[in-house]
Amino acid sequence: MKKALLLALALATAGSASAAGKLEIFSWWSGDEGPALDALVKLYNQKYPGVKVDNATVSGGAGTNAKAVLKTRMLGGTPPDSFQVHAGQELIGTWVVANRMEDLSSLFKSEGWAKVVPADVIKLISSKGGIWSVPVDIHRSNVMWYNPATLKKYGVTAPKTWPEFLSTCTALKAKGMQAPLVVGESWTQQHLWENVMVGTLGAQGWENLWNGKLKFTDPRVVGAFTTFGKVMDCANKDASGLSWQQASDRITDGTSAFNVMGDWAAGYFTTTKKLAPGTGFGWTTAPGTSKVFVMLADSFGLPKGAKNRAETLNWLKVLGSKQGQDTFNPLKGSIAVRTDSDLSKYSVYSKSAATDWKHSKIVGSMYHGAVAPESFTSAFGALIDQFVASKDSKGATAAAQQLADKAGIGK
Amino acid sequence: MTARAERLTPGRIGMYLILLLAALFFLVPVYLLFATALKSPDAINLATSWHWPAQLNWGSFRDAWDKIGGNLGNSLFLAVVSTLFAAVLGSLNGYALSKWKFRGANTLFALMLFGMFIPYQAVLIPLFQFIKSLGLYGSIWGLILAHMVYGLPITTLIFRNFYADVPDALVEAATIDGAGFWQIYQQVIFPISIPGFVVVIIWEFTQVWNEFLFAATLTNTNSQPVTYALSQLAGGQAVSWNLPMAGAILAALPTLLVYILLGRYFVRGLLAGSVKG
Amino acid sequence: MKGLSKDRLWAIIVLLPSIILLGIFVYGFIGRTVYVSLTDWGNDPAQAMALHPVIKFVGLDNYKELFSGFLQSRFRQELVSTIFFTVFFILGCLGAGLGLALILDRNPKGEGLWRTIFLFPMSLSFIVTGTIWRWMLQPQGGLNMAPTVLGGQPATFGWMSSTDAIWKFDWNKLPLLTASVVGLVLAWVAFGAFRRAERTRAVVAAICAALLLGWALFVGPNLHLLAAPELHGFNLALIGIIIAAVWQMSGYTMALYLAGLRGIPEELREAAQVDGATQTQMYRSVIFPLLAPISLSAMIILGHISLKIFDLVYAMSGPDNTFTSVPALNMYLTSFRQNQFAMGAAIGTILLILVAFVIVPYLSSQFRTQEGHA
Repeated sequence: MKKALLLALALATAGSASAAGKLEIFSWWSGDEGPALDALVKLYNQKYPGVKVDNATVSGGAGTNAKAVLKTRMLGGTPPDSFQVHAGQELIGTWVVANRMEDLSSLFKSEGWAKVVPADVIKLISSKGGIWSVPVDIHRSNVMWYNPATLKKYGVTAPKTWPEFLSTCTALKAKGMQAPLVVGESWTQQHLWENVMVGTLGAQGWENLWNGKLKFTDPRVVGAFTTFGKVMDCANKDASGLSWQQASDRITDGTSAFNVMGDWAAGYFTTTKKLAPGTGFGWTTAPGTSKVFVMLADSFGLPKGAKNRAETLNWLKVLGSKQGQDTFNPLKGSIAVRTDSDLSKYSVYSKSAATDWKHSKIVGSMYHGAVAPESFTSAFGALIDQFVASKDSKGATAAAQQLADKAGIGK
Repeated sequence: MTARAERLTPGRIGMYLILLLAALFFLVPVYLLFATALKSPDAINLATSWHWPAQLNWGSFRDAWDKIGGNLGNSLFLAVVSTLFAAVLGSLNGYALSKWKFRGANTLFALMLFGMFIPYQAVLIPLFQFIKSLGLYGSIWGLILAHMVYGLPITTLIFRNFYADVPDALVEAATIDGAGFWQIYQQVIFPISIPGFVVVIIWEFTQVWNEFLFAATLTNTNSQPVTYALSQLAGGQAVSWNLPMAGAILAALPTLLVYILLGRYFVRGLLAGSVKG
Repeated sequence: MKGLSKDRLWAIIVLLPSIILLGIFVYGFIGRTVYVSLTDWGNDPAQAMALHPVIKFVGLDNYKELFSGFLQSRFRQELVSTIFFTVFFILGCLGAGLGLALILDRNPKGEGLWRTIFLFPMSLSFIVTGTIWRWMLQPQGGLNMAPTVLGGQPATFGWMSSTDAIWKFDWNKLPLLTASVVGLVLAWVAFGAFRRAERTRAVVAAICAALLLGWALFVGPNLHLLAAPELHGFNLALIGIIIAAVWQMSGYTMALYLAGLRGIPEELREAAQVDGATQTQMYRSVIFPLLAPISLSAMIILGHISLKIFDLVYAMSGPDNTFTSVPALNMYLTSFRQNQFAMGAAIGTILLILVAFVIVPYLSSQFRTQEGHA
């Protein structure tokens, strides 16, 4: 009986593998971010008609669920043809070191991407002499969102530094606002954390944290943790129950004044909430980071053993093309990685971000996989949770340093 | 249980009051489930979550069906196939263990039963590797195999207890007539096993339908059962709550129907789970 | 029964496939998990996700890390959470189940309908239950808004988003606490045995008690698992999950108790009434003692369910809420998100040991009495 089953199964899988013109892409883009991916798939099908694209999405905050599923698939020996992964250490620290990805250097050369993609980004996605993924978009982590009407009502302005933020917070509390800052579930707090760190330690300090020149136990970092603790005192107490969208809603309805969130929030405010940029919602760089662009990028790579290698390479070519990037990014609310993109297609917010992209110091995000490997980020959430409860900066930084050592940061 | 004419003493009234409160506790989530599922996304508001929708939006069910309909099909196939295998094997095991006792049969049975209680986390990694090495990872058959095997202890247990109530004299009479192991199963045991099969099938079907951990680790997108799809629906980015609620109703319907229509057998399976040796 | 060897052989042959399958899937896999938990698979990122990882044997390092490692305090909190969860979940189910069963035993009108209502959540999956209750327990909606239906003020408890904890204790004191409690229990056992004149038993128990208490008094206080005190307690965020779990499972205990109550012969109750026992006396001295074995069974079944609980937490508060997290969830995340398979296997093994503590004595007591008759 079992033999018969195995045989039937073998036949079934053999059948599907031989079917020509298939491509399976794996991502966590669903819901609001779905249409942008759909447009990209449509473009791909225009260029390569007859290829059946299997769009496998696993939803869940910033890809946390999708990453677990992806791993079971890779371990199971059935990698998707191409999968979404944050550019940088998230890809390198997990998949490149384990020798599971193909080097894409030749693709970058043949497509001439090296000339249009900023050198900082190339550096970020390279390791061991290879380039490992094609970034499709650029997002900014260090944005602080507010509702202009709320600020006017309370007579405050958006603070420029974290100490200034704390005094604004005190002022707002005195005027009866319970939680001047809104945060959501665990990852949004880590997102806030990285922006407090960049804003307090500066871009250079932040980079040094990840190349090992600055220890977490350094008094400056301990001090930055303490600032983060004070910032969290300004936040709502029901954080872990809120998705980032629900947190953003609190800005819209005036319950809270500020929200530090990536610039995907711009799309949510304009498209879902139908608010006008500048009047319905406002933004500025997160305190202390006006000259810095904390970036994260979604990218796709080519896993070794992909079933449809040729189709996948074509997919990557579409992703990196000017047309591909300018199709995808305006819909997603991100900006193109390429410096030659057609800005007329982009929103008010994106235009301002694209300008900053060219003129700011660029550093990578921690939570969103650019500067730290997953073995660090996925354990860091519990550390932050604990810190928020205990506010013990010494203990938290000591633990963070151990975690960094274990994850091989700075080696 | 004699049917007595009821006199409404204060005690009886208090009793009904408690029953009513308890029923409220059990049914209020169901009210909220339907009230939310039938709202349109923009009518869902935390502050008015208790209001019955002004306009019924049956479209939620269509949308939810679009998202998890295929997974419902997967679950159905998975539950039916693995339940049938586990039930047939369980029946034979129960027969062998209760009517042909050999030295150490009870110890063996206890060792088999232990498999029913283990936390699946303790076997997850090797199970995953094993399924992968069989080439079954990602397909529904890997999941079927796992459910069939881990279903064996409970099906064996239920049948063993069921057959224990069959008088040994029946079996002995058949042996005197010259019937062997298989004849006795065919002529004596199997014909009276129908209620046992009903209990086992209902119980095992419900268990497999409702399982989550294996569903989350052993399948890929095309073969995911409905429990996992539902958790995706609810855990997504912008949750418009009518969708997961409608999805929850769809996912719960099959087992709920089985329970309401065949409740008596369901309860017997339930009680059997508490291991009477 | 006569020894018809051919038929006995058939019986064994019929059992063989199941024995082999369960042998592999239960005992083989447990053995493999224990082995993996003694290796370093996943500690080196380059090996974790490799197609053919190179792994080394490291002994009990992973367990040491879990119980005393600086970075694993999440796991320790989860252990504590599981214990609290189990206690309240069992108490809730036993209380509600017994209460409902006692009422239904008095033959109210529409008994079948009541029973159906109380038992239907049992047919749902934890995922469905979790989805429903997650919505019920939104801080700004659901249950918290219920008072407004009657014109009251909304409640403000944060349910799963609460970050408060009560009954905190220092993890460093855990060995001390455990030794003291077990020591006291053993001393009590020794005293009982002494009164019943069971010599050996009294002496053995007394010696063990003395050793444990002595250890707790003289060695324990100087022992420190961790460099710094680490507080763990009962996270209030768990309350919502306990309520949902009780909602789902109390029908089960009700069914168990009801079956037990129905099994009590009418004559027993009548005899008690003839003896002039009041209602309360009858319950206390006739009915409850007869229900005691059922309570034990229910506690064991519920206990092992709650130690394993995973889906409900996953559906209600997601994978990333550390205040509601449990070891079973951590095992999944550690293995499949942090790629630390050996550590995940160690957590799985600890869960297994916890469950075995509950189940093995139960199974062996169920079968020991029978083996003689086989």
